[in-house]
Amino acid sequence: MKVNGDVAALDVEPWVSLLDALRERLGVTGPKKGCDQGACGACTVLADGVRINSCLALAVQYDGQEITTIEGVDHPLQEAFVRNDGLQCGYCTSGQICSAIGMLAEHAAGMPSAAGGSGALTEDEVRERMSGNLCRCGAYNGIVDAIMEVAR
Amino acid sequence: MSIKYAEAEPATTDATKYVGRAVDRIDGPAKTTGEARFAAEYSYPDLAYAALVHATIPRGRITAIDTAAARAVRGVIDVLTHESTPAMKPPPKPSVLDLSSMVAGTSVNYLGTDEVHWNGQPIAVVVAETPETARYAASLVRPAYQELPAATDFEAEKHHAVPQKSSLISEASANKGDAPAALAAAPYAVDLTFSTPPQSHNAIEPHASTAVWDGDRLTLHEGTQNIPWTRRHLALRFGVPEKGIRILSPYVGGGFGGKGSVWAGTLLAVLAARVTGRAVRLALTRESVYHTVGGRTASTQRVALGAEADGRLTALIHTSVSRTGRTGGSGEQITAGSRHLYAAPNIHLQQNVVQLDLLANTFMRAPGESIGTFAMESAVDELAWKLGMDPIELRMRNEPERDPLGGQEFSGRRLREAYALGAERFGWHARDPRAGAMRDGKWLVGMGVATAYHPSLQMMASVTVRLEAAGTLVVRCGLHEMGMGTATVQAQIAADEMGVPLEQVRVEYGDSDLPPGPQAGGSMQTATAAAGVLAACAKLKRTLTGLARRAPGSPLRGTRPADVQARDGGLYAGGRGLTYKELLSAAGRDHVEAEVKGSTLAFMAKFLRERRKWVKAATGAHFCEVRVDPDTMEVRVSRWLGVFDAGTIINARTAASQLRGGIVMGLGMALSEHTLIDPRNGRVVNPSLSEYHLPVHADVPHIDVEWLNEPDPNMPLGLRGIGEVGITGVAAAVANAVRHATGKRVADLPITLDKLL
Ligand code: FES
Ligand code: FES
Repeated sequence: MKVNGDVAALDVEPWVSLLDALRERLGVTGPKKGCDQGACGACTVLADGVRINSCLALAVQYDGQEITTIEGVDHPLQEAFVRNDGLQCGYCTSGQICSAIGMLAEHAAGMPSAAGGSGALTEDEVRERMSGNLCRCGAYNGIVDAIMEVAR
Repeated sequence: MSIKYAEAEPATTDATKYVGRAVDRIDGPAKTTGEARFAAEYSYPDLAYAALVHATIPRGRITAIDTAAARAVRGVIDVLTHESTPAMKPPPKPSVLDLSSMVAGTSVNYLGTDEVHWNGQPIAVVVAETPETARYAASLVRPAYQELPAATDFEAEKHHAVPQKSSLISEASANKGDAPAALAAAPYAVDLTFSTPPQSHNAIEPHASTAVWDGDRLTLHEGTQNIPWTRRHLALRFGVPEKGIRILSPYVGGGFGGKGSVWAGTLLAVLAARVTGRAVRLALTRESVYHTVGGRTASTQRVALGAEADGRLTALIHTSVSRTGRTGGSGEQITAGSRHLYAAPNIHLQQNVVQLDLLANTFMRAPGESIGTFAMESAVDELAWKLGMDPIELRMRNEPERDPLGGQEFSGRRLREAYALGAERFGWHARDPRAGAMRDGKWLVGMGVATAYHPSLQMMASVTVRLEAAGTLVVRCGLHEMGMGTATVQAQIAADEMGVPLEQVRVEYGDSDLPPGPQAGGSMQTATAAAGVLAACAKLKRTLTGLARRAPGSPLRGTRPADVQARDGGLYAGGRGLTYKELLSAAGRDHVEAEVKGSTLAFMAKFLRERRKWVKAATGAHFCEVRVDPDTMEVRVSRWLGVFDAGTIINARTAASQLRGGIVMGLGMALSEHTLIDPRNGRVVNPSLSEYHLPVHADVPHIDVEWLNEPDPNMPLGLRGIGEVGITGVAAAVANAVRHATGKRVADLPITLDKLL
C-alpha cells in the first residue's frame, strides 16, 4: 500500500487494523486512536480520497490502495483550523481535517445527508456531515468556521 | 568593542501589547500537521505493549488467577499478577504537609494485593510484543474470586451519607440565621429535589504511558495535568530518587481533571517496564479508562428558597449528597457557588457524602460547582415562575453587595452588567413570559438564563526567563498544555513585559526537568504561571537595567532605574536606549537569566490572608434558547450566549474557545451524558463513546461568548481562570429554557425526552 505517497511494504497479521498498522508498525502517528470502535473519528484517514475510520479497517483490506494521513495532507483547511481556532488539545484535529477533506469531496459529488441534501454547503450541512468526528474540547464552532471559510 | 545603538523609538501604546489580542495558538501548526506527538507516540527499539485485565466483581478477594493460557500465546513476554510481581511501595497517606500525597487517584496498591475494591479494578497486566497480542492474551487470564458484600447503588445508599468534613481549601457547610424557620414563614417558596448522574471526562486521547527504565532512572511519556506531583509520587512508589525521573508531557489530548491524578495505568506501565526490563507502552482502551480513571460523582440535592412577594430572598437552603469510593476520591464542593450568589439573610448549606464500593470519584471540570449550579439556578428559575417575575429581575433583586456569608468584599463582580449586556444582545425582551407560548413552526421555543460562578485561585510556580544573545526570550516552566493555549498566553505576557516581538519568545513546558509549574487544575494554571512570569520578567529587567547602566558607552549610563522601560526589543529611557542584542554584546554575555521559585508556605499564607479580605471569582450569565419537538419532545439547543466577568482576557481567541468548550461540555451534561452503573454489581455498562453520548457537531449551535474585560484588582494582570466557569450554570440554563418551552421542570439530568413526555 502507499502511505502519503511512499510505498510501504507491510507484513501484518490479518487481524491488525489499518490504524495500528499505521501507528505501531509504520510510525505514522498523525491518525489518533480515541476509541478503537468507530465512534469518535480521531483515526480518520483518506483511502483513495475517501474518508474512513482506520480503526474499523483491517490493514490487509487496503493492499494496493493509497492512504493519506494528516502527515500527507497539504490543504488550506490546516491554516484555516489555526486561524479559526478549530482545535484545542489537538487530539481530534488530524481526524477532523481528514474527515473534512473527505466530506467536501462527498458533498461536491452530490452525496446526500440527513440535513437535507446536496445543495449549497450550509453550516447545518457541515455539522451533520461532520458529526462522526467528536471533539471533547468543544472546538466545534471553530471547526465549522474553518470548513465554511475554505468551502467558500 | 564599539556597538551601534538603536535610534529612539516612539513610546509603546496599549495597541501594541499582545495581551488582550486574538493571537493564533503557537502549537496550532504542530497540531494541524500531525507533528504533535502524544504520550503513546514515542517509539523505542525494544518497545513492548501492555494491556490490563480488570476484575469483574465489585468487592472481594482473588483466590486464584490462571495465566497459563495467556502465557502460552506466542509473543507474550510476561503476565504480571499479585502472585508474580514484587509489590510497589504503598501510596502515601494524603497530607497537607506534602501536597503531592494528594495525587494518588486511589489508595489501592495495584498488583500488591489480592483484594478487589471495585468492579473493573486492574488485577493483571499482560506484556507482549504487539498490541494485538497483549489485548488478546489479556482476555485469556482467568481469575477466581471470593466475593464480599458490596455497596454499589447510590440511590439505595445515599441515605447513609454523613456530613462532609470541611478542609482548609473548601468548606462543606454554612449556617447564617435560621433558614428552616425563614423558609416556613416565607410567603413564596420552592423546595425541590435534584439528581445528577455520574459523568466521565472522555478526553479524546485515552490515558497512555510509555515507560523506559535505565537502572534507577525512568523516562515517562505521559499525558498529565500534574507533572511535579506525579514525579514525586512515582519516586516514592518505586523507591528511586526523584531527580532520576523525567516526565515528558508536551501535549495532553484533553484532561478536564481526568489526568490530574496518578491512576493505575501510569503505575502499571512503569511497573511492567521495571519487571520486564523493556520499554513498555500502556495505551488504555476506552473501556480501561472507564475502569481505572474516576469520574464525576452522582448527586442528589435539595434546594429550598423562601422569598417575599417582591422577590427578595428570605431563606436559602442547599444540601447535597455525593459519593466517594471506599479507596479514594473526595466530597465535591456542590454548594460552593451557593455561598456567594444571593443575598439571603438566612442560609443553610450542607454537603454530605457516602462511601461506595466503586472506583474513586475525581475532579471533572468544575467539580461540585457544575452540578451545584444546576440545582441552585434551576430553583431560582422556579421561584421566578412562582412569583410571576422575570428570572433576570429576580436575580438582580438578590444580587449581594458583599459576600452573603463572610461579608468580605468582592474582588470585582459585575454580574449586573453581564446580565444587562446579555439581555440586550440575546433579545431577551422578545421573550414571551408565558410557558409554551413561543413557537417557530411546530417547534416549541423556550429561553432560559442561569448564572455561572467559579472561584479564582492561584497556586505557586517556579519560572525562569532567559534572554539570549540572539534576542530570543525563553520562558521555562513545567506547565501543562491540554488545549488551553498555555504556551501562547504566557508568551504574550512575557513579550509584553520584556517588550519583544511574540515570535522571539519561546515557552518551554511539559517537562519535569523544567522549573516546576502549578498543576493544571482548579482554573489556576494561567494566573499562577502569569504571576511567575511577571515576577521573573521584573527580575530580569532589573538585572538588565543594572547591566545597561554600567555597560561601557551605554546611552543608559547614569539613568535612574525607574525611568528605564522595556520596549521595542530593548531598554529605553526617554529618547535613549539600546536593544537587548546590543546590551548583551556590550556586557559580553551570551545570556542573562532570572528565576523565581514557588513556595508552598508562601502560597498557603497568601491564600488564607486573601480569603479573609476578598471573594474572588469569575462569573457569567448564560442565555439559552431551545427548540422542543412537540411530538417527540426532543430538545435541540438553537442559540447560546455567555457573557462573562472573567477579568482581563489574555488571548481573545483561545479564551473564547475555552469558554465555549466549557459550555459544550455543559450541553452534554444537560442533555445526554450519563455513566451508567449497574446498581447490582457496580459495573459501568456503557464504557464507550458509542454508548456514552458526548455532544457532536450537530448538537452544538453557534455559541456567542462575550466578556466585560474588567481586570480583577487582586489577580496577576487582572486575569481570572476561565477553564471551568464556562460549564457552570449551563445545565440550568438549558433546563430553564425547557421549562419555558414546555412548562415542565426537569430536575433530573440528563434531560432526555422520556422525562418530558
Ligand atoms: S479511533 Fe477510530 S473511530 Fe475512534
Ligand atoms: S481539540 Fe481536543 S478533542 Fe478536539
